[in-house]
This record gives sequence, structure tokens and C-alpha cells, in this order.
Amino acid sequence: MMQSAKISVQDFSLYYGAFHALKKISLGFPPRSLTALVGPSGCGKSTLLRSLNRMNDLIAGVRVEGRVSLEGSNIYDPDVDVVPLRKKVGMVFQRPNPFPMSIFENIAYGPRVHGEKKRSRLQDIVEQSLKSAALWDEVKDRLDSPALKLSGGQQQRLCIARLLAVEPEVLLMDEPCSALDPIATEKVEELVMDLKKKYTIVVVTHNIAQAARISDYLAFFYLGEMIESGVTRQLLTNPTKHQTEDYLTGRFG
Amino acid sequence: MKKNSVETPSTHTIHKDPGARKEKTIHIVLLLAATVSLLALFLITAFVVGEGWPVMVKHGPLNLILGTDWTPSRLSFGMLPQLTGTLLVTLGALLIAVPLGVGCAIFLAELSSEKVANLLRPCISLLAAVPSVVYGFLGVIALVPLLRSTFGGSGYSLLAGSIVLAIMILPSIINISEDTLRALPIDYREASLALGSTRWQTIWRVLLPAARPGIVVSIILAMGRAIGETMAVMMVTGNRAKVTGALLDPGATMAGTIGLEWSYAADEHSSALFALGTFLFIVIMLLNGVAQLVTSRGRVSQ
Ligand SMILES: Nc1ncnc2c1ncn2[C@@H]1O[C@H](COP(=O)(O)OP(=O)(O)O)[C@@H](O)[C@H]1O
Ligand SMILES: [Mg+2]
Repeated sequence: MMQSAKISVQDFSLYYGAFHALKKISLGFPPRSLTALVGPSGCGKSTLLRSLNRMNDLIAGVRVEGRVSLEGSNIYDPDVDVVPLRKKVGMVFQRPNPFPMSIFENIAYGPRVHGEKKRSRLQDIVEQSLKSAALWDEVKDRLDSPALKLSGGQQQRLCIARLLAVEPEVLLMDEPCSALDPIATEKVEELVMDLKKKYTIVVVTHNIAQAARISDYLAFFYLGEMIESGVTRQLLTNPTKHQTEDYLTGRFG
Repeated sequence: MKKNSVETPSTHTIHKDPGARKEKTIHIVLLLAATVSLLALFLITAFVVGEGWPVMVKHGPLNLILGTDWTPSRLSFGMLPQLTGTLLVTLGALLIAVPLGVGCAIFLAELSSEKVANLLRPCISLLAAVPSVVYGFLGVIALVPLLRSTFGGSGYSLLAGSIVLAIMILPSIINISEDTLRALPIDYREASLALGSTRWQTIWRVLLPAARPGIVVSIILAMGRAIGETMAVMMVTGNRAKVTGALLDPGATMAGTIGLEWSYAADEHSSALFALGTFLFIVIMLLNGVAQLVTSRGRVSQ
């Protein structure tokens, strides 16, 4: 798993000031598959996810040790520019966060900042991205209306479309369904199942049933440590560590 | 048990509780306060318009607005010089203060460290607390000579007025714009950065458009202050009542003329100053209206 991984972390530790939030994590994320990060709240899932595209750089007092390799090169090397890194490794947040602009502008934003100026090309990208995010049919007649008027589930799919528009290679999703109702959740899950044929996807979820439905690989975290990881079905039916078993049987978290 | 706890609040809400009467009292007091301030506004307007009325009737409002000669001794009260002077000085002040103020706000809210921002913010508040006569003074002893030696002429000019006003309105633009930027959810910044945009692209393309209503409000307030400012402007513009489009020429403003001539004006001259005040009122109302329109349109498009 480590060898063929698109992106992998090796002996990775992260500190918020003096607080040791991630402890020597080693884990690989294979291409064109979905890896779910699960574990009780506060165990460091979001922290690890945000380490994969260096969103943690925005937080003062964060210090890291170890490596995060994207196709073999360490993204924490001093000469790495985070801007192209984040274009390659994109992120969907827990709360849908469209910009206060029209639907069209939201999606055109990414291509625009990366230099695309032609209106016709932007229109193609917007249509393509919305189709990939399974939102096109719902919004194609009102691309100019404000994105914030969409429902929560539509907003989240819009955020996914906005991400796809910059042609990333890795998609990071932090509890993308936690703010959504069951029907919207089902739509996003369907979408993610479709996207994993093309992209390397890492999803944080606290919902074991969801992880079972959508993920190929699973990693279980507890108090900043990775307890175990493996193929989802095996790990769910046959956990080797007692913490995992306790969590799966609902004894905590 | 469960049934009871459900029923209690519903029986409770259909009866008037003592809080309701208190709320009613507060309501009446607030309504009274609002009525009093509206009444005051009405009285002031009526008084100003009333005092200016004789001159309005005698010369006709259009002649007053379009008249280019203001010579009180000959009872000639053309107000175009003051009108254009006010608009030019205000426009000049905004042209200087808006980019500078919004730039400062961006720096404080997005770029500087908390430490630097906490050091700068009190300095900016201090800038707002300086009385306008002091700005006028500084204008006379520093700015006017500088303009004189740089561009020639007397140095007393509309440009001098614009610069002094720009400094005076800077604090409110900075404060309100910074507050607006800070109030934007962190989500916008994260979403933008996570798409691989730079900090500057995030500020320019996401944060500033999102903060536009607040920034426009700061500009309205600044504009109101600039149009009405009397003392500092009067001290540096030269107060020459002549229509000019050149910022380096001396000129007069509406408020400046009233402030300067008020102490010795009598009879028709004094009435003319009130008529000038009436137009000042109207100009401020109009600009406010336009600005309101801009903000409401901004809100709709979001
Ligand atoms: N910005 C921060 N500063 C300090 N501590 C943080 C910060 N963000 C998260 N933490 C701490 O790090 C731990 C892991 O947090 P997080 O990664 O958000 O957990 P999860 O996503 O698994 O719920 C928690 O104990 C949390 O309190
Ligand atoms: Mg989390």
C-alpha cells in the first residue's frame, strides 16, 4: 500500500504549540480509491487531513515532523510552494462554504485565479464541473443566482464542483455530509462513489456506516495515534486492536 | 410527567405575563425618542429653509444654483462656485482617502500581525480625535507652503482642502472597512486558499467583494463628513468664490462660506447663507440616497 500510494505520510507528527495532536502517523492513500479516516471526535482526523495540503500553515504555532509525500516528493520541503500544491490537493470542508457570489462565479473562480480568461472556456468548465458534481440539472437555468440561496446539500455539491473545476488530483473531504440531511447525504455519497474512479479521495467521517458504504480503505485514529488501517471490509469485520473493536461496537465515540 | 412539562408552557403563553407590560413601556419610550429626533430634524429643516426662503423667492433657486458670481456687497448670490468647490474638494478627498483607507484596512485585517495591528489601531483612533481646527492649522503651516513651493501659486487651493479632508476622513474608512473584513467568515479565506489561490487573490477577488456593502457605508459616512466639514477646509482652500475645475486653484465650499461669512452677514446676505445651507442639505441627502441605492443593490447581488 505504501509503495503505490499517490500521497502518503511517514512518521508524521504535528504539534499545536505544546499539544501533540498527531503522533508518528504512517499511512498511504492509494490512487483512484477512497480512504476513510474514522475515530472519536478530537482524535486528529481533521488535523491529518489539513496536513495533506498544508492548510495547517494558516494556524499560528503549528509545528510538524516527518514527511508527507505527494508522488514521492515531500510537501513540507522548504522550497515547496503551497499554491500549486493546494491546486493539486484540494479540499471540501465540513460546513459548505460557497463564496457570496453567483453559482457561475463560484465555479469560475478557481480557473480564473489560475489564469483562464476566455469566457467560452470558463462556460465549458462550469458546465463540466457541475455535471461531474451531479448538480447541473438542478441549477443550469439559474447560474447567475446567488450560490448562498441553494440548499445545504446543493451548496456542498457546488463546493465539490468548484474544487473539480481546478482539476485537482487528490480530494480531501472533512465530514462533507455532517451538515446535510439524509437525502442530501445520499446524493453526495453517490457522487463520491463516482469520483473515486478518477481521483484519490480521503474522507473524514465519524459515521462508520458511511465509511462502510463508500470507502475502500479505512484508518482508525484514537488520541492522535493511528491504531490500525487496512481494507475497509476486513478492518470492519476483523479488527485486530481492541480500541478499534471498542469503537466499532459503540463502546465510545 | 412528560405530559405536564409539555402542557405548562402552552397554558403559560396564552396569559399576559408581567414582562409583556414592561415590554410595552419600553416600546412607547423608544417610539417617543424616535419621534422627538424626527421632530428636531423637521424643525431644523424648516428653520433653515424658512430663513433662506426670501432669497430663494427673490432670485429663484435655479438662478442661485447656476449663478457664477457671489458678491454679497452687490447682493449677487450665485452659488455655483461653492457647489462645484464642495463637490471637487469632496471628490478629491475621497480619491485620496478611499484607496489609502481600504488599503490600510486590508493591511490591518489580513496582512499585519496581531501585535502590529494592536499598535496601529490606537494611533488611527487618535487621528479621529484631533479637532478639525488643528488639522486646519497643520494645513496652513505645512501643507499650504509645500503646495506653494511645489506647484507655485499661493498654495491655498481646493487640493489643500482635499488633502486635509482626506486625512480627517481616513480613520472612519479604515475602522469600518477593517471591522467588515474581520467579520467575514474564515470559511471564505479557507475555501479560496484551498483552491490554490494566493493570499492576494483571496483578498482582491473574494474578501473585498464580500465586504463591499460595509466599505460603501464607510465611504458614505466619510463623504457626509467631508461635505459638511467647515473649519479645516475654510482655513486652507483660499475661499475664493470663483468657478474652477482646477484643483490647484483656490476655491470656496458651501460649508466654508457659511462659516466664514456668517459672523458679519446681515439681512439678505444672511438669508442667502441659509439658502446655501438648504442646498448643502439637499446635496447631502442626494448623495446619501445614491449611496443607499448602491448598498442595497450590493446586498441583492449576494
Ligand atoms: N487550531 C488548534 N489549536 C489547538 N488545538 C487544536 C486546534 N485544532 C485542533 N486542535 C486539537 O487537536 C486535536 C485534534 O483535533 P481535530 O483534528 O479537529 O480532531 P477531529 O477532526 O478528529 O475531531 C483536538 O484535541 C483539538 O482540540
Ligand atoms: Mg474534525
